[in-house]
Amino acid sequence: MADLTTDFIGIKSPNPFWLASAPPTDKEYNVRRAFEAGWGGVVWKTLGSEGPPVVNVNGPRYGAIYGADRRLLGLNNIELITDRDLFTNLEEIKRVKADYPDRAIIVSLMVPCEEEAWKAILPLVEDTGADGIELNFGCPHGMSERGMGAAVGQVPEYIEMVTRWCKQYYSKPVIVKLTPNITDVRKPAAAAHRGGADAVSLINTINSITSVNLDTMSPEPSIDGKGTHGGYCGPAVKPIAMSMVSEIARAEATAGMPISGIGGITTWRDAAEFMALGCGNVQVCTAAMTYGFKIVREMISGLSQWMDEKGYTDTSQFVGMAVPNTTDWQYLNLNYIAKAVIDQDLCISCGRCFAACEDTSHQAIAMSEDRTFTVIDEECVACNLCVNVCPVENCITMEEMATGAIDPRTGRVVEAEYANWTTHPNNPAATAAE
Amino acid sequence: MPANVLTDGIQPARLTPAEYEQNFADLHAPLDPHEALVAADRCYFCHDAPCITACPTEIDIPLFIRQIATGTPEAAARTIFDQNILGGMCARVCPTETLCEQACVREAAEGKPVLIGQLQRYATDILMDKAVHPFERAALSGKKIAVVGAGPAGLAAAHRLAMLGHDVVVMDARAKSGGLNEYGIAAYKSTDDFAAREVDWLLQIGGIEIKHGMAFGRDVTLADLQLEYDAVFLGMGLGGVNGLGLEGADKSGMSDAVDFIADLRQASDLSALPVGRDVVVIGGGMTAVDAAVQAKLLGALNVTLVYRRSRARMNASVYEQDLAASKGVRIITNASPVAVHGNGTVREVEFEYTDDDLTPTGQTVRLAADQVFAAIGQTLQGEDLPKLERGKIKVSATGLTSLKGVWAGGDCATGGDDLTVTAVAEGRDAALDIHASLMGGA
Ligand SMILES: Cc1cc2nc3c(=O)[nH]c(=O)nc-3n(C[C@H](O)[C@H](O)[C@H](O)COP(=O)(O)OP(=O)(O)OC[C@H]3O[C@@H](n4cnc5c(N)ncnc54)[C@H](O)[C@@H]3O)c2cc1C
Ligand SMILES: Cc1cc2nc3c(=O)[nH]c(=O)nc-3n(C[C@H](O)[C@H](O)[C@H](O)COP(=O)(O)O)c2cc1C
Ligand code: SF4
Ligand code: SF4
Ligand code: SF4
Repeated sequence: MADLTTDFIGIKSPNPFWLASAPPTDKEYNVRRAFEAGWGGVVWKTLGSEGPPVVNVNGPRYGAIYGADRRLLGLNNIELITDRDLFTNLEEIKRVKADYPDRAIIVSLMVPCEEEAWKAILPLVEDTGADGIELNFGCPHGMSERGMGAAVGQVPEYIEMVTRWCKQYYSKPVIVKLTPNITDVRKPAAAAHRGGADAVSLINTINSITSVNLDTMSPEPSIDGKGTHGGYCGPAVKPIAMSMVSEIARAEATAGMPISGIGGITTWRDAAEFMALGCGNVQVCTAAMTYGFKIVREMISGLSQWMDEKGYTDTSQFVGMAVPNTTDWQYLNLNYIAKAVIDQDLCISCGRCFAACEDTSHQAIAMSEDRTFTVIDEECVACNLCVNVCPVENCITMEEMATGAIDPRTGRVVEAEYANWTTHPNNPAATAAE
Repeated sequence: MPANVLTDGIQPARLTPAEYEQNFADLHAPLDPHEALVAADRCYFCHDAPCITACPTEIDIPLFIRQIATGTPEAAARTIFDQNILGGMCARVCPTETLCEQACVREAAEGKPVLIGQLQRYATDILMDKAVHPFERAALSGKKIAVVGAGPAGLAAAHRLAMLGHDVVVMDARAKSGGLNEYGIAAYKSTDDFAAREVDWLLQIGGIEIKHGMAFGRDVTLADLQLEYDAVFLGMGLGGVNGLGLEGADKSGMSDAVDFIADLRQASDLSALPVGRDVVVIGGGMTAVDAAVQAKLLGALNVTLVYRRSRARMNASVYEQDLAASKGVRIITNASPVAVHGNGTVREVEFEYTDDDLTPTGQTVRLAADQVFAAIGQTLQGEDLPKLERGKIKVSATGLTSLKGVWAGGDCATGGDDLTVTAVAEGRDAALDIHASLMGGA
């Protein structure tokens, strides 16, 4: 079985699966049980400054989006940072770390954007023996109204400044957690890098309203008839998170900067995909909140089985492997030509491919009297919509056309050479190819 | 000592009250809202869906299932009733395994069709429980139409005609409406007096008068009706039964399966209904299966269904055969009845083994029997009817008979299987054709 031990910015953990800063990591009781279940590390629920802790609403704080059979696809929350006393948290962190020296404990922090505030809290954190800190610049609700969380994460200058203070007053690794509620995530990542951050983690939750109650006309979750936007997480946000991760992994200013991947990770496969896009480890929140701590056992067994099958002996061997294959649209090979092919033995004649292609795409699927569905190569642009809507796995596949064959749609020969938009004759800005 | 399953002869009260209740409860418990959502979610919303084509009334199945999935079962019910005003009964009695669900692409894909019938019941129950009627009548046409028979065909025709603005008078020989929905369908398919409730709900459309106890051919003739009404629809079903034509068939203990079932359906107290210890049912269709299963559920110890050809030739679907087997009915095939033995009361029935062409083999077998039900087909009754074909009233695709102004549909007419849903489709289509011919050009 592959060894899942991971070294992330000098912090060792027995596997790359950490619990993200959130309710699962809000107290000693949870964290001990998480470690017993097998989690490699935790990012403790975000701590605030000394003094009376924040208060949470006393009504519902979550909203949800469901798929078939009430499978939870997306969760939205309006919870704030920890509502427990700072010193209680610090004592607990110290105790747990002492008992679990092989596990990673990172302390998430969110204090006002003033040097004094950071200067005050960092030595207290240092004293717990935790392995590092994560700066919560992501919380998109409540805290951001008070000039913290996403309000800081949306201003690169603040990120750089606070990161610098942390590197100054704290000796261990500093991770900056980014908000996705921003136009270009590379900017805050670069600011963290400039400030001296050891790593970035992303994503925090996305501004969201999950549903509106059409009787009371209040967004849900509704507190006494009113709702507010919350932060969206869970399986639904994974594609957005992965894209942001890949942008940071590819950007010149941040290339090679360690990333802790977060957002919708639910299975070992999700984790492997984030890692392939450049994440040294991953963090999980919603999946644990949906199914409990035990899911980590599937993540561990699945990742090691896959690594064994691929011959990887260390997680670092595949981290970032998909980054070189992630590119801009303009560099995609326009001479690559494929056609959809329907496997008639697998086809169950539902006609969804036909409806999709006929009504909304390229009229490239023919339907016969006896409900046989076939692709019309003369019309098929290989858009993949039929593959996506077909309910039978592998029933429709995209088959690459061989070099030298003639594409019946365009009448042109399939070229062997790679050619992209930058040199395409239809591109007014093309750099002459011939 | 009270009777039990071992008591010989034809006896009432073989079971405890709890057993009767359990045996005659809904065959399929209704889906709860969550089950309905899960079941609805399995529908692929097929293009030009094959399930629609397979439904004799062509209900837009993917549309109504999507309406359930999106939380609007009332809209789903309307989609169903648009095509099939007896969608509630059909949801309970349709042999979906040979209709919509057989055609469902998920049956082809994984042998597990979308539960179309149960979803249909879910939606129709919700709307019907609200006791609102979803349709209104068009402006009155001043036309008056006679409908013979208040079974599925007659009711579907009457409802559609009323909706289109015509006044309808339905006459039925029996005391209650519903036809075989009320007197024939197996009790565990239509529980809680559903057939009668459905008729009441249907009649809310208005414009339909039902005259019970009025027999066509006895109290009124076709000529009378043609004279008095603008159009006539015949939907009297098949009132007669085929006899066994056997020596000894008049012995006590011998009866027709349809009479047994009608008695059972009308019984207010099932424990008062007597049933034999050793019951033999002769026939291979839905009626035979229903009689056999219900005899078993009433507490008969041994129930044997005997069919003269092979299993593959039985009219009862494989699903029905399996249902019978699961309730403990023994099925014997390739055996034709040749004699009934007993002294005034039946004691045994003798069968001769026969192949699918009914060639006699000369070898016989005797089955112990204290009660025997014949279920070997129903026949059309009546004189002075329009032209017949193979024993039924010959009709066009829209139900027009050989006589001008006279339409027919359901079991009494040619075309389609003898099913509730087919009767509904034919009644509805005849109504549309009557409307077109009466209002033609207008
Ligand atoms: C035991 C049994 C079980 C069945 N189970 C199923 C099932 O599970 N699923 C299914 O789809 N189908 C089933 N069928 C078939 C289904 O019941 C019929 O196909 C359907 O009822 C036909 O409808 P109809 O309106 O043509 O005739 P009917 O339902 O027979 O209605 C005819 C009506 O006309 C009346 N009538 C008859 N003669 C006269 C007259 N001379 N004057 C006035 N009124 C008259 C009758 O009283 C009756 O009300 C079953 C049939 C039987 C016998
Ligand atoms: C109820 C709740 C509370 C959260 N609180 C915090 C927090 O205090 N600090 C923080 O950095 N992130 C917080 N998050 C964000 C998560 O750590 C994580 O970034 C996000 O949920 C995406 O990961 P997921 O899709 O695995 O849930 C919270 C998320 C949830 C659902
Ligand atoms: S577990 Fe359910 S009931 Fe309890 S606080 Fe959370 S949302 Fe409310
Ligand atoms: S969507 Fe798939 S299964 Fe359905 S008709 Fe098309 S190819 Fe066949
Ligand atoms: S065939 Fe089955 S999956 Fe397709 S629309 Fe009909 S019920 Fe739905």
